[in-house]
Amino acid sequence: MAGKIWVLTEVLEGNVVPVGLELLTKARTLGGTVEALLFSPEADKVVGTLGEYGATTVYAASDPAYNEVLLGGPAADAIAELVAEHKPDLILIGATYTGRDIAGRLSVKLDAPVIANGVDVSANGDISVQTAIFGATQVVDTKFDGGKPGIAVVRAKSFAAEPGGGGAPTVVPITTPVAEQHRKARVKDRVVAKSEGPTLEDAPVVISGGRGLQDPKNFELLHQVAELVGGAVGASRAVVDAGWVPYAMQVGQTGKTVKPTVYIACGISGAMQHTVGMKGSKNIVAINKDGEAPIFKLADLGVVGDVLKILPQLIDALKARKG
Amino acid sequence: MNVVVCVKQVPDPNSAGQLDPSTKTLKREGVEVVLDPGDEYGIEAGLQLAEAHGGQVTVVSMGPEKALDAIRKALAMGAAKGVLISDPSLAGADALTTAKVLAAAIKREDWQLVITATESTDGYTGTVPQMIAELLGVPAVTFAKHIESDGTKLNVNRQTEAGYDVVEADLPAVMSVTAGVFEPRYPSLKGIMAAKSKPVDRLTVADLGLDSPSAGQTITNVQPAEERKAGEVVEDDGTGAQRIVDYLASLKVI
Repeated sequence: MAGKIWVLTEVLEGNVVPVGLELLTKARTLGGTVEALLFSPEADKVVGTLGEYGATTVYAASDPAYNEVLLGGPAADAIAELVAEHKPDLILIGATYTGRDIAGRLSVKLDAPVIANGVDVSANGDISVQTAIFGATQVVDTKFDGGKPGIAVVRAKSFAAEPGGGGAPTVVPITTPVAEQHRKARVKDRVVAKSEGPTLEDAPVVISGGRGLQDPKNFELLHQVAELVGGAVGASRAVVDAGWVPYAMQVGQTGKTVKPTVYIACGISGAMQHTVGMKGSKNIVAINKDGEAPIFKLADLGVVGDVLKILPQLIDALKARKG
Repeated sequence: MNVVVCVKQVPDPNSAGQLDPSTKTLKREGVEVVLDPGDEYGIEAGLQLAEAHGGQVTVVSMGPEKALDAIRKALAMGAAKGVLISDPSLAGADALTTAKVLAAAIKREDWQLVITATESTDGYTGTVPQMIAELLGVPAVTFAKHIESDGTKLNVNRQTEAGYDVVEADLPAVMSVTAGVFEPRYPSLKGIMAAKSKPVDRLTVADLGLDSPSAGQTITNVQPAEERKAGEVVEDDGTGAQRIVDYLASLKVI
């Protein structure tokens, strides 16, 4: 039984970011009261959804001033004030960019511990967070010692999001103003990178490339496959570090977690840094010229061969199939 | 612009790390340790900003004695000075403790900008940069993927789920940088030689005037994760692509 659980929720283009709904769904199973925190000018559009997924109360800040600065500072200020008044036991935060900004600052303000990279949460007596380390070869349970709210930063896709049939929540406006010091970092523009096709997190097929592609321009082959199968393109840290593709495409420990129906690893050896982000995929295909590559230990179908030969053949075969 | 860059020595990301089941902290014996590859981007960013606007780079690290090697690498790249905080009480320190130690060490320096990676490769809580900013009372410009500065302000493209935010921040500030933001330079032979005589301050928790850390969290269990079963591995004899197509079809994704 976890007492009072708060879930930080974010809104993107009018919709609740999925990890928020995943965390609300999980929070419902922990026993106790589930409440949501929301900082968005579009708050009124989504409170109904938050209720459906289990929030009985939503603390909402719709002051656009929050949107003019980086949210981490003022959101942590506001949450810290609410914590002093309402004393939650656990604060669940999705491992988004802004979620991490808020969690770090809040941890300092409350002098309370944060456990990051959670993949599961339990509340049998103590509140405990499970994390996967070293490429998910080891699983660690860490409990909060109590006395202060525990802050858990949980990876997206750790839980399925399912509505619980809850009604409209009570909405409590957050009135904490944005402190002057936070205006020292101003958001001048928010650029939405329009990408064709589904996102890495939502795509049924993810095709990722690593060093074995030999040249950044060969990522074009992956984009062609992705387009043919309605998938998205990811990358290993090695090629992100090498500057071939942007950080946003990185799958792995320090990147995104994906759990598509099929994950196709092309020229990726399968370093643990990478596998932690993809080993939860339902099916895994690997193409690599080194038959000893660790990626083959995870693959449901492994093809030992030259990825630069196989990918063009794969594109032709997929095109032929489409007719 | 004087820049402090926070760095960490980590087990080689290409080798398998392990937690010691008895102490529940990172096994360091017999494991190759390296400067966190993610930190090289921060060092490079710091060097470029200091070179463009005048000033110097100080690298700060918390870790065991051996972490001096990581600091020396940063010095060889061009940083002017190192600070290493080593203390037995810091073994297994959590993110908040780490941030308190680093922030206290940074406060002793003359700085306008603190640069970190977005997260360490081994611990990867990914919250230490924001904690340091809160402790120092300055903006946290996080996940920078493009950086410009006139010496008094930062203009940064900050990675977001949807794309990026264009952020303008006054200095002083903390900035975390994503991999690939700049191409890190290789230490020259001259740099490596010079690094040996550059100053490195050695500090303990007591030197920083901090109390012994209290974590607020306890590891209760460490166990191996469930292994995924390997499937079929075939040599490509020209039919590899077709095998993949057949497999995708059997899963009904095409």
